Amino acid sequence: MPILNVENLQVEFATKKGSVEVLRDVSFQIEKGEALGIVGESGSGKSVTSLSLLRLLPDTAKVLSGRIEFHGQNILDMSEKKLEHLRGSKIAMIFQDPMSSLNPCYNVEQQIAEALKIHENLTGRGARDRILELLNLVGIPDPQARLKNFPHELSGGMSQRVMIAMAMACRPELLIADEPTTALDVTIQSQILSLLQKLRKEQGMSLILVSHDLGVIAQNTDHICVMYAGEVVETGPSGQILQDPQHPYTKALLRSLPALQKNNSEDFRLPQIPGQVLSLSQRVSGCQFQDRCSQVQDNCRQSKISIQNRKGRDVRCLWT
Amino acid sequence: MDINPQILKVENLKKFYPIKKAFEKPALVQALRGLSFTLSKGETLAIVGESGCGKSTLAKVLLQLEEITEGRAEIFDRDLTSLNRQELSNFVQMVFQDPSSSLNRRKKVFDLIAEPLVIQKSCSNEDLRKRVLAAAQSCGVPVEFLERYPHMMSGGQRQRVGIARALVTEPQILILDEPVSALDVSVQAQVLNLLLDLRRDRKLSYLFISHDLSVVQLIAHRVAVLYLGKIVEIGSKQDIFENPMHPYTQLLLQSAPKVFSPSTTPASQFSELPSPLNPPPGCGFAGRCPFVMDICRRLDPELKEQNRRRVACHLVEKSI
Repeated sequence: MPILNVENLQVEFATKKGSVEVLRDVSFQIEKGEALGIVGESGSGKSVTSLSLLRLLPDTAKVLSGRIEFHGQNILDMSEKKLEHLRGSKIAMIFQDPMSSLNPCYNVEQQIAEALKIHENLTGRGARDRILELLNLVGIPDPQARLKNFPHELSGGMSQRVMIAMAMACRPELLIADEPTTALDVTIQSQILSLLQKLRKEQGMSLILVSHDLGVIAQNTDHICVMYAGEVVETGPSGQILQDPQHPYTKALLRSLPALQKNNSEDFRLPQIPGQVLSLSQRVSGCQFQDRCSQVQDNCRQSKISIQNRKGRDVRCLWT
Repeated sequence: MDINPQILKVENLKKFYPIKKAFEKPALVQALRGLSFTLSKGETLAIVGESGCGKSTLAKVLLQLEEITEGRAEIFDRDLTSLNRQELSNFVQMVFQDPSSSLNRRKKVFDLIAEPLVIQKSCSNEDLRKRVLAAAQSCGVPVEFLERYPHMMSGGQRQRVGIARALVTEPQILILDEPVSALDVSVQAQVLNLLLDLRRDRKLSYLFISHDLSVVQLIAHRVAVLYLGKIVEIGSKQDIFENPMHPYTQLLLQSAPKVFSPSTTPASQFSELPSPLNPPPGCGFAGRCPFVMDICRRLDPELKEQNRRRVACHLVEKSI
């Protein structure tokens, strides 16, 4: 049984110009110990998806329908009190910019101690020992000296390690990492990603990795969910999706990556996807990718496209 | 490339920033510690490196936005410091990373593109209109967009405006500071293709600052790897990507996330850039280098011709 099961999630945001449907029919599962990648361009709904898993959406957002089941319990129906017990202890989250997610007024020890006090009722000596253990776990050299450091005294990579240590404080079953390395340099990025892999394997934790970077997703996940304009357009095992994409969007996206190009001719040009992502307030009926798709047909414009199963994965396209 | 004239020559360029703090000794941030390179007509030199290595300082110095501390730079055989702003803006222009913050949101696109010419006061209204239209057209900005404001356009369109306004004075050299890193993958391909077209049609030279090696591999002719304000390796794209010699170049290439090839995650060890405020006496990379020797901590290696490129590394020097 999957530890997290998201079914037909539909989220709407209230704006000045009326309500905008940000997520439509988002479904995915994650098993114990598995790493799931959610990939998409800006505005595709990646972050809204990850925030809604812990009900951290702003007040303007409204979940219209759907279920988010964690061990069979629907997070969307939970009381605030029960939810608080879940957040940080069973499901933890790390964010994109470690510098702004740490509280600048508290030192490293105080920040990590907070989670231990709330969820494990651990204080004093016991807490200190556990904090040192956590800092060791995330690979911070000389943890004792770092305890009294404030966030401004830490580098980006170091702050992200502290964020991960906080997230790991209560041995969560699921870690949601929303663009955890986007603000970091490549060499530091690869350190943080291999740290997340190490923790996942050692602690048997599941991981949801949200990123716009296909390279990061490719190397660190077992399954991938490709999102486009608030919909999941393709899900399946990472290797299969990258080698043999089925949805025209996934295909075009992979083709347009500069990484693939080995052509050194001066006249070479990248295969590009024409047009741009529609703004979510201009939704069209039918497939959201229709205007940029090279295989578009009349049926694509008519009714809502449902998920089809092709070659062992779920694809939201009529023609794959 | 050899037949083309060298239009930019930089020799032993240094830039130090003094820091004054109350009750502390004044110190120097050594942002650029002696750079030498050349750029030929029609050539693209990529400057790669992590944050804090001096990439952006280099751009600022070459645009006379910052004064040179030591060394010299020549553009078309004229000393950079002898050029006034107007002359300089006819030779060199800059495209910034984030088009949503580098464009004045209160100006219409037409005025944004016209601004460099307006400042120069060198052409009549009619001429101005013609040149703006030509620049917009060559960058794929539709005529109807000229009456719009930046917020009414997508990120890709805004970056096209950013490029058009840089080209309107018809410079020979464009300094591109991470021009596509704020863009989504599908739009990134469009802008990269535009840059390739412009380079071919106008024989432009690019100084292409980027941290994304896959983009660099597509667009660059030569690559310079910067570390802690110094060039550690510079050579042709093929040589650098296929046979990197400096350990830092090797680390960078290994760390870059790859979509289609198996992961080559470097041994995860905690390491970070030393502070440019107080660079170590020897090689800047010594603290992170897996092959470090005694001499590396004492003596800073010089940039020497090796194997069709220039490398600054004691190990490479020794092994040849």
